[in-house]
Amino acid sequence: MATAVKRKTIYEELREQGVTRREFLKIATAITMALGLKLKMVPTVVHAMETRPRLPVIWMDFQSCSGPTESFIRSYQPSMQKVLFDMISLEYNGALMAGSGTAAEEHILKIMNEYPGEYILAAEGSLPLLPGALTIAGRPAEETFREVAAKAKAVVAMGSCATWGGIPAAKPNPTLARAVTDFVPPGVPFIRIPGCPPIGEVMTNTLAHIVIFGTLPEVDELARPKAYYRHRLHDKCQRRPFFDAGLYAETFNDEGARQGYCLYKLGCRGPTTYNACAELRWNGGLSWPIQSGHPCIGCAAPNFWDEAPFYARVVQLPGAQTTINPERVGAVMAGALAAGIAVHAAATVIAKGRIAKKPDVKALKDIEIGQ
Amino acid sequence: MADERVVVDPITRIEGHLRIEAEVKDKTIQKAYSSGTAVRGIELIVRDRDPRDLWAYTQRICGVCTSVHALASVRAVEDALGIRIPHNAHLIRSIMDATVIVHDHVVHFYHLHSMDWVDVLAAAGADPNEAARIAQSYSRWPKSTAGYFKDIQDKIKKLVDSGQLGIFATGYWGHPAYKLPPEVNLIMVAHYLEALDWQKEIVRIHTIFGGRNPHPNYVVGGVPWPIDPNMDNALNTSRLTEVDRQIDMALEFVEQVYLPDVLTLAKYYRDWTFGGGLKNYLAYGDFSPTSIYDVDSYRFPRGVVLDFNLNEVHDVDPRDLAQIQEFVDHSWYTYDGKPGGIGKHPWEGETTIAYEGPKTFATLNVEGKYSWVKSPRWMEKPMEVGPLARLIVGYAKKNDRIREAVDRALKEIGVDITWMHSAIGRTLARAIDASLVAHFAREDMDQLFANIRSGNLATFDNSKWDPKTWPKEAKGVGWAEVPRGALGHWVIVKDGKVERFQAVVPTTWNASPRDHKDNVGAYEASLVGAPLEDPARPVEIIRIIHSFDPCMACAVHLTDLTDQRQYDVFLDM
Repeated sequence: MATAVKRKTIYEELREQGVTRREFLKIATAITMALGLKLKMVPTVVHAMETRPRLPVIWMDFQSCSGPTESFIRSYQPSMQKVLFDMISLEYNGALMAGSGTAAEEHILKIMNEYPGEYILAAEGSLPLLPGALTIAGRPAEETFREVAAKAKAVVAMGSCATWGGIPAAKPNPTLARAVTDFVPPGVPFIRIPGCPPIGEVMTNTLAHIVIFGTLPEVDELARPKAYYRHRLHDKCQRRPFFDAGLYAETFNDEGARQGYCLYKLGCRGPTTYNACAELRWNGGLSWPIQSGHPCIGCAAPNFWDEAPFYARVVQLPGAQTTINPERVGAVMAGALAAGIAVHAAATVIAKGRIAKKPDVKALKDIEIGQ
Repeated sequence: MADERVVVDPITRIEGHLRIEAEVKDKTIQKAYSSGTAVRGIELIVRDRDPRDLWAYTQRICGVCTSVHALASVRAVEDALGIRIPHNAHLIRSIMDATVIVHDHVVHFYHLHSMDWVDVLAAAGADPNEAARIAQSYSRWPKSTAGYFKDIQDKIKKLVDSGQLGIFATGYWGHPAYKLPPEVNLIMVAHYLEALDWQKEIVRIHTIFGGRNPHPNYVVGGVPWPIDPNMDNALNTSRLTEVDRQIDMALEFVEQVYLPDVLTLAKYYRDWTFGGGLKNYLAYGDFSPTSIYDVDSYRFPRGVVLDFNLNEVHDVDPRDLAQIQEFVDHSWYTYDGKPGGIGKHPWEGETTIAYEGPKTFATLNVEGKYSWVKSPRWMEKPMEVGPLARLIVGYAKKNDRIREAVDRALKEIGVDITWMHSAIGRTLARAIDASLVAHFAREDMDQLFANIRSGNLATFDNSKWDPKTWPKEAKGVGWAEVPRGALGHWVIVKDGKVERFQAVVPTTWNASPRDHKDNVGAYEASLVGAPLEDPARPVEIIRIIHSFDPCMACAVHLTDLTDQRQYDVFLDM
């Protein structure tokens, strides 16, 4: 029942909106760089934008706080105007779409029929197995999700609730919440974009990758795009030199805090969290949690809500940066390297003439600040 | 003719999952039912956690009004533990609250609400010259040229021609409820796009103070990042001037775009006075220049107005067990094993899930339980909270700034204060609210600079960070005025852990189902008497509901309970 819809390429649309060829090439170059690609890839990007129509996207929210949608519209590059009107066609989104009720639900069916295997299903929030805990249009949300996912080109799970279960699935998980990725039908590829919420640019540029290259981005063993989740925050943290030097903030307003020392003793999860905060930073590259003086709570990590208290030091400290397979290497080497780091840290403190009451092996124990 | 049951589910352009059912007769709504259709149980999840972590969990109640639950939670925990935060920390938190209020109101108007009043596709038929003339007649915003509006119009036309309308695909375009001339539609669409760009700017205030937005960081005892104008890694001058710049930009956008647009809209819809509903308004008040405990200094005053009687303001005490109570007679919970009949103050609250609906349904059984939202009441009376309530309470308290701002707007439209009791009045109240709050932020930022100048750099009180300094058991309450109204968090800390927690959230007040006395909540009351021209295209319902700015993730919550982990009890249906 597909109606004859004229499908225009991104280039055609931009041209029709008054964008000159020269401006178009500038946009393509900017997008190439935003995707972290080398400049020699510009022609590929240009070609893709000249030949592909806007990507249909159905965005469904489940047990969510709408944090991912809010973060999505914060994207600087590409901007939301570019995303919504040049790159994708956002066919369904609870926060932004015009129509409600029947109009909204019928439109999903229309898109499923017109673009089978071509649309992206973005999903935020977890799905509960407890009966009645989430109905949309009088139906269990999980049923609708399975149907829409079955005909999608791919499912992109936006945010930690959709990727791991997130806060609804934290103990005692009152609604039996699960990650949406648990409900994706076999054969449909999915991508996980964790974060509570994820960085806006990570979400928009993951879609941009699909639009421009026509392929899904390369992902790691947990289905996270490698472009954004390859490294631990700790490996790229601007406070890292202070960690290596054994210089820590002990509280939120001491001399160490003002100097910008490492927040490890305040519970920072940077050493165990894979995310792009240190690289892309937030809200146009302005800052990120650790820069702004607060320890990372590990919001992109699986199960992070049940690894609180957040202001206590983590038990395990994986080793130095690696690009091979961070998860596995980190796990294997954690013990040996962490011990090495503790010795190194203690040695630094002594070298600086400070009094370490006890050797800094305390850093390896799960103790609370102030004790 | 029997009443027709009209169902709108999902209500879109809101946060979360809301269902409205209305009984319609002769194209007029006779009765309405509001149902929150999703639940997560955050209040159960925070049990036994470290109270210093509480803000992080409760912040995830909502990512739209992000940060407000964190604010209420740190205030509640500090209240319980007897922590008094430094003045600078109070100012920074107030600026962050003002940021989310202004951001949220602008995004609500343009991106969530405007399409209830503005016919996007009709803008294609506008005369750009005339649009420029109209826009220039009510604002000095420098972009309002004919060429600019022509560009916007071309964008709309191309979008239509592409066959991929995206977010505009499902609108009710051409519905007779739309009353704006094409030129005004065009102006509003242009500002829809501008606001989309601008909204990512103002939140950079959160990025400075809290590291990111959405979900910036808070800390019990103050704010995380220390002030030091002479340090590279502290909250230094370059950071503070970014905040300063954003506040000025916000003032400019609100006073030259948002407020003038809403005033213009209000003139065209002046006679569409549906959507009033309850005439009871509640505000906890907030925005003291000094401390949350200095209630008399609040720039948004505290109080309750009943039945629109502006000559009397009742006092509100969040600690009084008899004043604020929640009822569950029509909510999917039980109290003490019974289906309802009693109210519980949040410090004594209980939640036991009791879903009794079917797996799928065409209509709700509204005689029984029909929502995941509870029914909060003040002295057993339903209340409206939000920007309108803040202004009505302030107006009744004869607050000069509020009176001046409201009277000026009403004079321009040519109506009196009772007109505010409507959907369009609520929408105007939100714009006035944003303007006031942007000025509060300006004042607080100036005070912050003054404090630093005088050598006061304190941002954090460490004296009660260590759990060994805490009492064995303590209870606290944190309140705040946030985008959608009066927010309260109640906490009991015992043996260093969260023993009980409960949030009573603005949308819980407004979206609540009927209570033990069969009194309806604000949404349900507001729809009664409103017209519904075409049940298949329920613009009127959506317009009225959106005027409240629903936030369902906020509204639906589970209270703590002493021992309610037997989830199997409700799995057997």
